[in-house]
Amino acid sequence: MLDRMHILICGGTECKETNSLKIRDKFNTELERLNLGKDIKTILTGCFGLCALGPHVVIYPGETLYSGVKLEDVTEIVEQHIANGKPVERLLYKGDFNRKKFRNRSELTFFARQKRIALRNCGVINPLEITEYIARQGYEALGTVLKTMTPLQVIEEVKKSGLRGRGGGGFPTGVKWEFANRQISDQKYVICNADEGDPGAFMDRAVLEGDPHSVLEAMAICGYAIGANTGYIYIRAEYPVAVERLQLAIGHAEALGLLGDNIFDSGFNFKIELRLGAGAFVCGEETALIASIEGERGMPRNKPPFPAVKGLFGKPTNVNNVETFANVPVIFLKGADWFKSIGTEKSSGTKVFALGGKIANTGLLEIPMGTTLREVIYEIGGGIPNKREFKAVQTGGPSGGCITAASLDTPIDFDNLIALGSMMGSGGMIIMDEDNCMVDVARFYLEFTVDESCGKCTPCREGTKRMLDILNRICDGQGTMEDLDVLERLGNMIKDSSLCGLGQTAPNPVLSTLKHFRKEYEAHVIDKVCPAGVCKNLTTYVVTDECIGCTKCAKNCPVGAIEGTVKGKHYIHPEQCIKCGACKTACPVNAISTKPENWEGV
Amino acid sequence: MRSKVNITEEKLSELKAAMEIHKKEPGPLMPTLHAAQKIFGCIPLPIQKIISNELDVSIARINGVVTFYGHFSVEPKGKNIVSVCLGTACYVKGSQGILDAFSHDLNVKVGDTTDDGMFTLEATRCIGACGLAPIFTVNEEVFANGSVQLVKKVVQKLKS
Repeated sequence: MLDRMHILICGGTECKETNSLKIRDKFNTELERLNLGKDIKTILTGCFGLCALGPHVVIYPGETLYSGVKLEDVTEIVEQHIANGKPVERLLYKGDFNRKKFRNRSELTFFARQKRIALRNCGVINPLEITEYIARQGYEALGTVLKTMTPLQVIEEVKKSGLRGRGGGGFPTGVKWEFANRQISDQKYVICNADEGDPGAFMDRAVLEGDPHSVLEAMAICGYAIGANTGYIYIRAEYPVAVERLQLAIGHAEALGLLGDNIFDSGFNFKIELRLGAGAFVCGEETALIASIEGERGMPRNKPPFPAVKGLFGKPTNVNNVETFANVPVIFLKGADWFKSIGTEKSSGTKVFALGGKIANTGLLEIPMGTTLREVIYEIGGGIPNKREFKAVQTGGPSGGCITAASLDTPIDFDNLIALGSMMGSGGMIIMDEDNCMVDVARFYLEFTVDESCGKCTPCREGTKRMLDILNRICDGQGTMEDLDVLERLGNMIKDSSLCGLGQTAPNPVLSTLKHFRKEYEAHVIDKVCPAGVCKNLTTYVVTDECIGCTKCAKNCPVGAIEGTVKGKHYIHPEQCIKCGACKTACPVNAISTKPENWEGV
Repeated sequence: MRSKVNITEEKLSELKAAMEIHKKEPGPLMPTLHAAQKIFGCIPLPIQKIISNELDVSIARINGVVTFYGHFSVEPKGKNIVSVCLGTACYVKGSQGILDAFSHDLNVKVGDTTDDGMFTLEATRCIGACGLAPIFTVNEEVFANGSVQLVKKVVQKLKS
């Protein structure tokens, strides 16, 4: 029977953590209470993308979007909207852009500017039901491939589409498949790299939670193309929801004969197994990942031989990232030419980004390649909150670099970001404002790589540690100008001589901040001041003339170091101040500054 | 005093059953270690010895693998596990301050367990809930939009 109405509730990790399961149950009991349970269906979907404002509920028909829904709001929605057809104005999503209330999801700038290919089903279908995926042309691509195409034609189509690896490298996917196809072996493997370790990135998690079958289907297509009958998904143990849904999805697909033996009566066999990662970032590197599945320490090895020649258990293996796979079925449904028509000449298609940090609309978005950073941050992302000034955007995680305001009009694609000294990476995009210290950010990323370096090669193991020592010194106020030169020299040496991608890119956050924010480093070294007010030893808080005398800072100071009268300019006693920053957070007019006089940088 | 690992017959047979299944697959060590970590809460030497005998892998290699991955631990963890996310999105929104506050209020170093075995404080990798930054978890419960004030409240509740 067709349901009269559908209630879609976001079941992504973040919304689940803010109660979406209980909200679904409450909807069900309320519907039962009003005898509406029969013709109205509640569905727990994958991530909608606007994660900071969850949990979200969308009601079809009409695509009405409610955000920040609480348990106690459910009754009102059911009684007013479901039973009487009147949307609950109070709970409609309020846009940050022009203070208008948005009634439906596609009206929002956040969604209207996106082009969803990899995320096509996220937030739309129930990921626990294979039939919903099938209803959206799921497994049709696999059927077409198995019935009408030869493996070489499949590879040709992927090559023609121009799809490049979305895990960060940007290597042409079709070419990779071709290498694996050319090997002659009794056994080959397909691996899906779901060891999404970049801090601040959660694109792959969203795909796996919201649309697990698209990855399974693509892995089977890849298996057919290269001649493999077994696939492994190497997934982080930190993503329990995704693991659970994948396991379920594999079971469903096997039950319908879409995985297993003799798929679509074609004689092609393909099975998929899960392997859990165990909290080692370096396992995102393909040779380390393979070592980990084999039951070894996850340490990379020299290439060549490439995995396509000698991979898992010594057999030819093709490794692709989750998002890369998620694009594959669409290429066969709509054609390589259609895919190629999206994006830029050298980077076709779209890219999913996880937008986070100091930005109004934190969340997940998928945009055509070639969209500019400015459009992403100010139009889709809604700009910087709290009247702060934009400072930098960091892409590529610990392997990438910072991009400044001067480069915001650069169209995003693989090659442009590398030219800017950063990289596409897997898709984390962290926005920083004037309150973030770039030296501290560089130190943060280096701390991460020092911790995650596997220790196999000396430049990465010892070099990054020495760089971190220097950065710690600078942040403590003990740095010298010579340190800056040593950082640069050491960084370039580590890049040139490390064994794997982790070491080769580890110095990027330091080198790119040194290049774009050298003044800030010099302020730490010469003036012994941290302009952003992050490095405690180098921070002095002062009240500027902007002060309106509201007394909020004095009230919030935990040690009573601020004095002043109502409507009069306040004063912070430096000898009492413990530099906790509570005053700065409390100030409504941004009148508490840590910047030295005559500071010209952001 | 640290809480000791509880190796019961029941848990051992659970591990043996898991090993029986994984032994038949290629690359059985990682799934076995995951099972052991889940069953015992850690993988101390006696357990490593059992796995070594059963899978016919040298104990040196097993120890190497156990100590390589952050997810496996050799020592038992505290009764309550406090994890503060130090992913980038959380970090730029002040999660270091939250970690410091826990360390101070619980009187325990990051990565350590309190002497009474009640609390383990961990700095965790990005758990991908960047929209709720900064976040921390206590056992299974997630606390979004964390602040030093929230830490104080949570610690008070945990200690009472």
